This record gives sequence, C-alpha cells and structure tokens, in this order.
Amino acid sequence: MGKTVAEKIFDAHRVDNPCDDIHVIRLDAVFCHEITTPVAINDLIARGKDRVFNSSKIKAVIDHVTPAKNSKTAMQGKIVRDWARRHHIMDFFDIGRNGVCHAIFPEKGFVRPGYTIIMGDSHTCTHGAFGAFAAGVGTTDLEVGILKGVCAFHYPQTIKIEVNGALPAGVYAKDVILSIIGKIGVSGATNKVIEFVGQVIDEMSMESRMTLCNMAVEAGATSGICYPDMTTVEYLWPFIQDEFKTKDDARDAYLKFHSDKDAVYDALITVDVGDLEPQTTFGYKPDCVKPVHEMHGTPVDQVYIGSCTNGRLEDLRIAASVLKGYRISDTVRGIVSPATPEIFSRALEEGIIKVFMDAGFCVTNPTCGACLGMSNGVLAEGEVCASTTNRNFFGRMGKGGMVHLMSPATAAATAIAGFITNSKLFKG
Amino acid sequence: MKQFKGKVLFLDRSDINTDEIIPAKYLIEISKDALRPHLLEDLKLSDFEPSKDIAGKAIIVTRSNFGCGSSREHAPWALEVNGINLVIAESFARIFRQNMFNCGMMAVELQQDHIDRLFTDFSGDQTIIETDLPNSRFIVSSGKTRAEFPFSISDFDRALVEAGGWVEYADQNY
Ligand code: SF4
Repeated sequence: MGKTVAEKIFDAHRVDNPCDDIHVIRLDAVFCHEITTPVAINDLIARGKDRVFNSSKIKAVIDHVTPAKNSKTAMQGKIVRDWARRHHIMDFFDIGRNGVCHAIFPEKGFVRPGYTIIMGDSHTCTHGAFGAFAAGVGTTDLEVGILKGVCAFHYPQTIKIEVNGALPAGVYAKDVILSIIGKIGVSGATNKVIEFVGQVIDEMSMESRMTLCNMAVEAGATSGICYPDMTTVEYLWPFIQDEFKTKDDARDAYLKFHSDKDAVYDALITVDVGDLEPQTTFGYKPDCVKPVHEMHGTPVDQVYIGSCTNGRLEDLRIAASVLKGYRISDTVRGIVSPATPEIFSRALEEGIIKVFMDAGFCVTNPTCGACLGMSNGVLAEGEVCASTTNRNFFGRMGKGGMVHLMSPATAAATAIAGFITNSKLFKG
Repeated sequence: MKQFKGKVLFLDRSDINTDEIIPAKYLIEISKDALRPHLLEDLKLSDFEPSKDIAGKAIIVTRSNFGCGSSREHAPWALEVNGINLVIAESFARIFRQNMFNCGMMAVELQQDHIDRLFTDFSGDQTIIETDLPNSRFIVSSGKTRAEFPFSISDFDRALVEAGGWVEYADQNY
C-alpha cells in the first residue's frame, strides 16, 4: 500500500509510538516567537529544565509586537533575547532584522522538503508549502520541542484537494483557499493534513503556495502540504546548492516527498477554479465566505495589507499594481506591513513602497502588528477592516472590530473605493 | 494529578474559539495567574456574564469544535487558574485538545445525544460532575437526577493526566 507524503515523513522521523496512533517524532526545526515562547522558557526554568536540545535547530524571532509597545511586550522580547543568548541560538532575529515568522524563516532557508517543524503558532502549517510537515502547537509541546526535540502527533490522515482549471485574472491563491474553507468549513479538516495538488498548484509560486498552506489551519488542518517541485528547488537553491549537483538532481531527490499513486486518503476533493471570483468573508468565522460582488459596497474604515498570509513581495506587487495612479479614499486608513526586511527593501527597490505612499498608505516596519490586534493599526469598537490576514474572529484586530478577509488585490481596490469591491474596476 | 469534579458551566454553543476563551490582548502576560479575571470575557453567548457564571465552576460542558482558532495555550491556562480542569464537548479543535492533556487537564468528547442529554436534563447551576477515571465514566447529578456517562480517552492521554503533563512525561521517557 502506498503512502502519503505526511506518512512518509512520519515514518522517517518516528521515535516512539506510545499508544494507538500517537507517534512521537523527531523534529528538524523548532521555531519560536516572543508571544508563546516566554511562558515556555519561564516554565522550563521553574522546572529546573532550562536546556535546549540543539541550539542550531532552534530559530527565534521577535515579530508580533516590535518595536515593543509597552513594558509587558518589552519583557516578552527580553525573555526570548536573553534565552537565545544564553543557549547560543545563532538564528535569532531581533529588531532591524526581524519579520513575520512564517515569512522570514522560509526566506532564510530554514524549511526543506521532508522536514518536521513545530512552532507555538497556529499558522506554522504555512511551511508545508515546501513539502514539509509543519504544525502549530501549544506552549507545552513547544517546551518539549525545545527540551527534547520531539513532538507527539496522531498518525496523519490526509485530505487531498485537487485544484484544477485556470485562475481567472484578478483571482489569487487567497481566493482559492477562502473558497475551499467556505466549502469544507472551519472544522472540515480537523486533525487532518491537507495536500494541495493539481495544475493550479503546480503553476503557483512558492509565495502563493504559502498563502494556501497558511490558511489550512482555518479549516482545522494540522498542516497543509504541497509537493516539492522545480519551483521549490528554485526558491531553495541558494541554500541547497552545495547538496546537489544540479537543480534537476534536487528536484528528483525531492520526489520522495510526493505521495505514492496508491496512497490512501481520508477524502478527495476536486475544485475547479476556472470560474472562481474574488472571495471575501462576511462573518466572524473564516468559513463565512462570499464572492466579493455580493459584498460590494460594504464600507470599511481601514485596509490592512500584510501578515504571514499575504505580506510577501508577490502580494505587495499585486496590491501596488492595483493602487498605481490612484489615491485611497479619504474615509479609509490604509496600512501596509511588508512581512520581512528583505521584502521591504526589495519593494523599495522596485518602487512599490512609493506606490503605496503616493496612494496614501502608511508603511510600517515588518511585524504581525494589526493582524492580531496588538499594535500598528488596532481597530476601535464598531470599526470595519478589509484585511489580507487570515482570521476574522470577533475582535481579532481590536475589541468590537469586524474583519473582512480578502486578497491583496481586493484589499487595494477596497482602499481606493472606500468600500469592498473587485480589483478589476481599477486594473485592466 | 489534578481534580476533575465539581459544578458545571454549560456553554450552549459550537465553535467557541480561543480568542473568546482568552482574548489576544492578554497574550502579553507572562504569568498564568494574570489571566484569571479574563476567562471567556469576549464570549458571544446571550445572557452570559463571565464573572457571575464562572465563579465556583470546575467543569465546562459545551457543543462541538471547542477551542478552535489560535493555538494559544493561554486558553487551557485561563481555565486552569479558574479551577476548571475538565471540558466535556461533542468535539474539540486539535491543538486545544492536545494542550489540555499536555497540561495534565482533560478534554473529553461525548457523543452528541449524550451532550444533548446533559443540556436538557442537567443544565443549571446545581449540576455536579464527578470523574471516575479508572472506570472512564462521569457521574452527573443535579438534585435527585443522576446519570452516568462512559467516556474514552487514549492510554497516552491517560498517562499524561497521571504524570501531570507532557513535559514531565517526555523528560522521563525520551
Ligand atoms: S501575521 Fe498574524 S497570523 Fe501570522 S503569525 Fe503574525 S499574528 Fe499570527
């Protein structure tokens, strides 16, 4: 019987099988940020276990609130900073070099096909875009990951989603994943891995695949996974060129992280995106999804472009291509947060930052910021935000605030109009 | 090992997410105790008054997909510091469920008709649940009404509850 890619990865990393389908697996990387890690660090200290399993496999960043906004967030940063120094964690990204975790870690080459990765952050599933098994965990799992380099999971069951057709103009990975979540619901993939396959995925950039996998958790999935191919190799080449003679060799080696033809799936879903329209959310759950035209005219107070879902260079390029030559509505506050310093400086070089500024956007430093309603654009009660982030829970971006999730293109168009609208109004 | 008995807080809704259990703004706290007054403060449920309804409760009974959303372990901690070590639901979000057992707490699924019965036959401030862990059953009583509900958890989850959580278990075993 064949295996899925997640099963292959598990079988190659198993340390223990303490009961039933619980498998303890060895971790290739443990990622940390300053919101969930300080409590883990403090708890390890309190237990007399202030150790790390392998300082080179632990990567840490201060990204959620940076620069610190008050004494409490300053203390969170300090705890992580001191801990990274104490344990000689070299890959630690502090202010000036820091960016949103799920954007900066792939950019630095820390994610490889076949890897097992955990982080105390639910959108860790983003890294599955590289053919890795990457899962968000709680602080205790993170503690054990830091201490012992292992984590326990149910043996993975996989839902395969085949995405076919050709994406219409103005429709992007974000629209694809929103429509999928709308279809299968917020718990449609609970405890499962979602494998994204098909022509549309094959043609997607790594950025788009990350957008897709990023939101797998919004359907309840443990991890999203895309098969590594030449696109993956191209992205990773600067980091893997010493391991392989040619790119073709790398691609062939990574074929072992594709599912077997006769692998067994929990469910198979086929989606045709040939007629897909831009999507947005209307309620307080990410599966409350509608085509943008049904929400056309809904006024917004703020437009936010950024986050681990859609704060990458590709996203900024798309938004800028809509904004170019326009000014955003007087009734809208536009905020853009490039997800990493590298993205920021490339956007500067390409003139994208200027387009945003000319349009009337505020450009912030790389940070999670407004995405989780902690800084850099928190909503007031009753306010509405059009956002390229991944969660529209009640109060997510500020107590009493409403969030409509959408693609960078739709967000840019919405900023110009002052209400939710389709980007094709502004872009040819 | 923690205690799994006491008065019940009934939350008659599905998809209660971790932002509702403990809002993101309290994630800047680095002590669990600071979370105590904020449990369920943003819960969308009519007639629910957090400070009044939570006081004295040790167990939550709720519907499906409890704990969805952010992976924050602050959610079980916010329960823990309020003396709530057990949540009984039709289903849970994966990370939340795992977090509960990792902390030596319990998140136990009961089938839908049993959850329905808990809500119809027992909801009210006087309901008490006792957990008979060795025999995997809950004993539920309210005045003269009494019922037993068998449950199942994996041997591993049981071992975590008995060890007092995953850190202790892992450091002993790996
Ligand atoms: S950008 Fe938002 S969703 Fe992504 S890691 Fe930061 S807070 Fe979480």
